Amino acid sequence: MKKSIFLSAIVCLLAGAITAFNTIKADSGELSLNFKHVVNGVPLKLNDNSAHYANANNDEYTVSTFKYYISNITLTTTKGKDVVIPNICFLINAADPASLKQSITGVPAGKYKGISFTIGVDSARNFAGAQTGCLDPANGMFWTWNSGYIFLKLEGYSPQSTAKLHKLTFHVGGIKRQNTLRTFSHSFNKPLQIHGNEPAAISITTDAAALFKGQNLVDFAKLNSTMGGPNAVLIADNYKNGLFSITNVQQGRYEN
Amino acid sequence: MKIKLLVFAAGLLFIAGVNTFSGLADNAFNTGDTVLFKTPENFPSPVYTFQGNPLTLNGFKLGRELFYDPILSKDRSISCANCHQQFAAFAQLDHPVSHGVDDCLGTRNTPALFNLAWQQEFMWDGGVNHIEVSPLNALTSDCEMANNLPEIVDRLKKSDKYIALFQQAFHTTDINSQLLLKALTQFTGTLISANAKYDKVMRHEEGAQFDSEEAAGYTLFKAKCAACHREPLFTDLSYRSNGLDTRSDDAGRDTITHQDADHGLFKVPSLRNVEVSGPYMHDGRFDNLAQVLEHYNAGMASPDNLDPLFKPATKPGITLSMQEQTQLTAFLKTLTDHEFLTDPAFQDTHKNNEQYE
Repeated sequence: MKKSIFLSAIVCLLAGAITAFNTIKADSGELSLNFKHVVNGVPLKLNDNSAHYANANNDEYTVSTFKYYISNITLTTTKGKDVVIPNICFLINAADPASLKQSITGVPAGKYKGISFTIGVDSARNFAGAQTGCLDPANGMFWTWNSGYIFLKLEGYSPQSTAKLHKLTFHVGGIKRQNTLRTFSHSFNKPLQIHGNEPAAISITTDAAALFKGQNLVDFAKLNSTMGGPNAVLIADNYKNGLFSITNVQQGRYEN
Repeated sequence: MKIKLLVFAAGLLFIAGVNTFSGLADNAFNTGDTVLFKTPENFPSPVYTFQGNPLTLNGFKLGRELFYDPILSKDRSISCANCHQQFAAFAQLDHPVSHGVDDCLGTRNTPALFNLAWQQEFMWDGGVNHIEVSPLNALTSDCEMANNLPEIVDRLKKSDKYIALFQQAFHTTDINSQLLLKALTQFTGTLISANAKYDKVMRHEEGAQFDSEEAAGYTLFKAKCAACHREPLFTDLSYRSNGLDTRSDDAGRDTITHQDADHGLFKVPSLRNVEVSGPYMHDGRFDNLAQVLEHYNAGMASPDNLDPLFKPATKPGITLSMQEQTQLTAFLKTLTDHEFLTDPAFQDTHKNNEQYE
């Protein structure tokens, strides 16, 4: 009995300490980005032969790989000041559930009216030699023969594809000559508040079908593979508007 | 008193440590008594200065160990050194194209490795933009070492030898691809070839002098070759068509730029150590220098994007009499750097000690 009282006391003390710690850190907060993948509004299922996804040309396809980088995450305050989250790069991979929830800590507390981020990896980091973490070439998102990161990769199959095994291989990247860097930006309906120890959360829906609709019609019989170059620009121009949509914004909470 | 001595010793150590970095100022990177990188007097400043990858003796030794270790290839059969042989200036003797695992033959001639710290772009088509990522191509190409980075890192992490060597070089046992690439760069980036007879003549070193044939060759070289093979690197690092084919099978620079004007253009190779680094051209089509010179003299095709330097004559190319070819060849041989080709620092330490693990 005595022991359990002692233990509870310790637990209370610890809890108090944790609260105190967080109160001190209330000038910054945490923001999590939660990703959900769809194709034309239907949840994306990888390697699902019964999926019958269709592009704007009515070609059917399936998806085996879908992954992409986002970086240079920037929040704009209601007063119009841009707060760039330094040194953050996320590799979102539809096949890796852990990658679908990404947390950013130390976001300055405040009211924000919008968010933007780069789809891909910026020029400085594309020409910086050997890197690690999110940018480790072991992640399979680096072109070894034409140095630079693959910003977005979608692979799959389509009966209409004239490639070997009816494959689809869309690797989008490149900056120097054919620039495929695109920026997503979004204005919140009401200001996003970040503070305290309750993280704010933004739910983002990524629509893989965005690669194949928009300004450029993609006919899988003619275009089923890109490895950077002019065709990758066509795909990037398609998805620059429709790839991401923000479906929910949860405010951070301040706790005493 | 003892304490004072200790402080003094610590001060000395500190100064020694700082010296390693202050070496950056005059482009000499030192580790204790060992000079690992020094810009030759007759060279420009290097492009790569080991920024973010401080050069150390242990880093260099680790890079050398990795360079000579077949553990990096898929079936553990070949190392970097299989295609990059020191006696051939780290090109591959008698192999027109690279020869990878499972006897797979590539499409391009193995480039020689030296003076890489002066290059911004790598490979025949210039597709690789940084020395540190230049090994990735060979490590992962199905027709070369055919491996993948997670597998290589996993093998290194399971090796007591490499755990110890990475600890010594980078003070961590958390091996990753970045450290692998940095270590390899500490070796390849220090492969400097600047002690050929040519260099000694240029630096007015005692007793260094061209004979009359070499001198005549040098005069010819400056008039007819140096526009592309610019001194002292003997390349201007540009991409050009030297009229090998009317329409090249290999798209060359076009592969990277997606511009038809770049179809069949390849990087101008350095002529240093050219005597020992044949076969020649991106596909190794010429076995010897005589064939190369004859190509320029009379064998040139005329693609649409033939380099303008070859166009003014009545026929494409550079007219060279037999005597001129002999003189040029004599000069080209003064670019052979025997010290570099036999430098023990760049050799496989296992072979030296005749002990394999």
